Amino acid sequence: MSTTSTHVAQPVSNPMANGTVSDEVPDPGTLANQQPATTPPERAVTDYSGYKLVAAKHPWRWVGTAVVALGLAAIIYSLATNPRWEWGVVAQWFTAESVLRGLGETLKLTVIAGALGFVLGFILALMRLSASPLLSSVSWTFSWIFRSTPLLVQMLLWYNLGYLYEKISLGIPFTSINFFEVQTTTLISQFAAAVLGLTLNQAAYSAEIIRGGILSVDQGQLEAAAALGIPAWRRSTRIVLPQAMRSILPTAFNEIIGLVKGTSIVYVLAYSELFYTVQVIYNRTQQVLPLLLVATLWYIVITSVLSVFQYYIERHYAKGAVRTLPLTPLQRARKFFTLRTTIREQR
Amino acid sequence: MTITEARTETRGLVQITDVHKSYGALEVLKGVSLTVEPGGVAVIVGPSGSGKSTLLRTINHLEKVDAGYITIDGSLVGYRQRGRTLHELREKEILKQRTEIGMVFQNFNLFGHLSALENVIEAPIVALRASKAEARRRGLELLDRVGLKDKAEAYPRQLSGGQQQRVAIARALALEPKILLFDEPTSALDPELVNEVLDVIRELATSGTTLIIVTHEMGFARDVADTVIFMDQGRIVERGTPAEIFSNPQEERTKSFLSKIIEPAFNI
Repeated sequence: MSTTSTHVAQPVSNPMANGTVSDEVPDPGTLANQQPATTPPERAVTDYSGYKLVAAKHPWRWVGTAVVALGLAAIIYSLATNPRWEWGVVAQWFTAESVLRGLGETLKLTVIAGALGFVLGFILALMRLSASPLLSSVSWTFSWIFRSTPLLVQMLLWYNLGYLYEKISLGIPFTSINFFEVQTTTLISQFAAAVLGLTLNQAAYSAEIIRGGILSVDQGQLEAAAALGIPAWRRSTRIVLPQAMRSILPTAFNEIIGLVKGTSIVYVLAYSELFYTVQVIYNRTQQVLPLLLVATLWYIVITSVLSVFQYYIERHYAKGAVRTLPLTPLQRARKFFTLRTTIREQR
Repeated sequence: MTITEARTETRGLVQITDVHKSYGALEVLKGVSLTVEPGGVAVIVGPSGSGKSTLLRTINHLEKVDAGYITIDGSLVGYRQRGRTLHELREKEILKQRTEIGMVFQNFNLFGHLSALENVIEAPIVALRASKAEARRRGLELLDRVGLKDKAEAYPRQLSGGQQQRVAIARALALEPKILLFDEPTSALDPELVNEVLDVIRELATSGTTLIIVTHEMGFARDVADTVIFMDQGRIVERGTPAEIFSNPQEERTKSFLSKIIEPAFNI
């Protein structure tokens, strides 16, 4: 420390050391020329080579880390030691056959409603962006209706469709031609009502997400593709959509994760997915909280798996969008360990 | 096969007849007529908002004209004549016409998610139904021609502006067009990178392809053009050889424009 201050102080104590400044003052009247003469120490160049660099210290960061670590430890301790969590019961039911069957139903609903919802959403998005006022307003109205009614109500409405329309027939409108006709109650099972409700609701939301993604792609891309004679469908699927995916994916995964847990709403149809299954069990055994924990843990597992998928899918669509892709956590870990071994070998 | 045969003969006569175009109340083209001979190099210059780019974009029907017509080798662009009416072609037919007209944009408009080579081979595969192997071979040849063979696998964002524009030129050449349109190809580039792009265009000028270039590079225009067209306020004010336009302009408007722009251009 003391050597540093003497080094810096030296030019201050001897302003004439910077003789060139005072020599180069042909016109002392101007402000610009006066300044260097009055403050020569700032222009002095000290040789700092050979000095040691020390990074700034962040004591409060350490305090914050300690506080949070303590809090986490307290939470984990209470989770582990409070007997009322009944981890034994959780473990007993976690892989029970009925729970796994419910989990299967939840996954089935998620996959079907998610896939159909996004396909329908893509079509709705294209309709909305269409130049035809009818197509675009039909798409808008669809999103308007399904986004403004509670999913619960939609679900009950689909399930009770038989009350509104006793029979459903497929034919040509306004003619007597009918291909087939069925009782609504036989067509709309619990499963069908659940899929219908979740899909249509999902489509309304994904339509907006996909439309947003398409809008985010530069118009010049479409123009260049058109100038190259690339057909419209190929322009959408090969040029626009892959680039739109960058902004679609984060929100789309939000939606899918929402859908995983959203499927629990079909318990109102007494459809035996994960949530309804644990309800049935705890109504019998009265172990309410542990069984809710079972369902919760499974939802966490699904979400975690989806998050990993999200990371890699986003990475796939990031090609070309950034100059160099960041390393994946796995690659980083591998690099870390190979680096350590090479360092050890060098020693 | 017929496609390749037709493409080997170097034609590319562009005739623009009394073209009008408005955006709402603003008339950007007020009756423009122009003929560019096959293999000719026409350079369009003029102040911003004079309608240069719009005129260029009507040639491949990216902009629809309000009145007038454009023909390439005698056949109408974007329309079909039936009796006394011109019917706009269906999208598919327009796309087919566009494969004969390459276009290079100011902002390159390379497809960001595709590598340089993928950018070049996309149109031949889709629009000309070339085999992938053949398209790749041709694509690498074209990238070599613009001096970027070693960048074939690079994505546009990994390339400099000049390199991106050269890929864009290779992409336009991949369809073996009769006509190439350049819309201010160097305006988005650093001064240092301008020449690498101009050199590629200069090389194309002798290849027999018809070139129509909108640019602000007056030195380049004088060097490469066989016709210089000066546009202002939606009209062609004056046209002639580079010597006529740059050394001896007849119209006052041309004189005043060139006096403002030509000095800095030649100082470089």
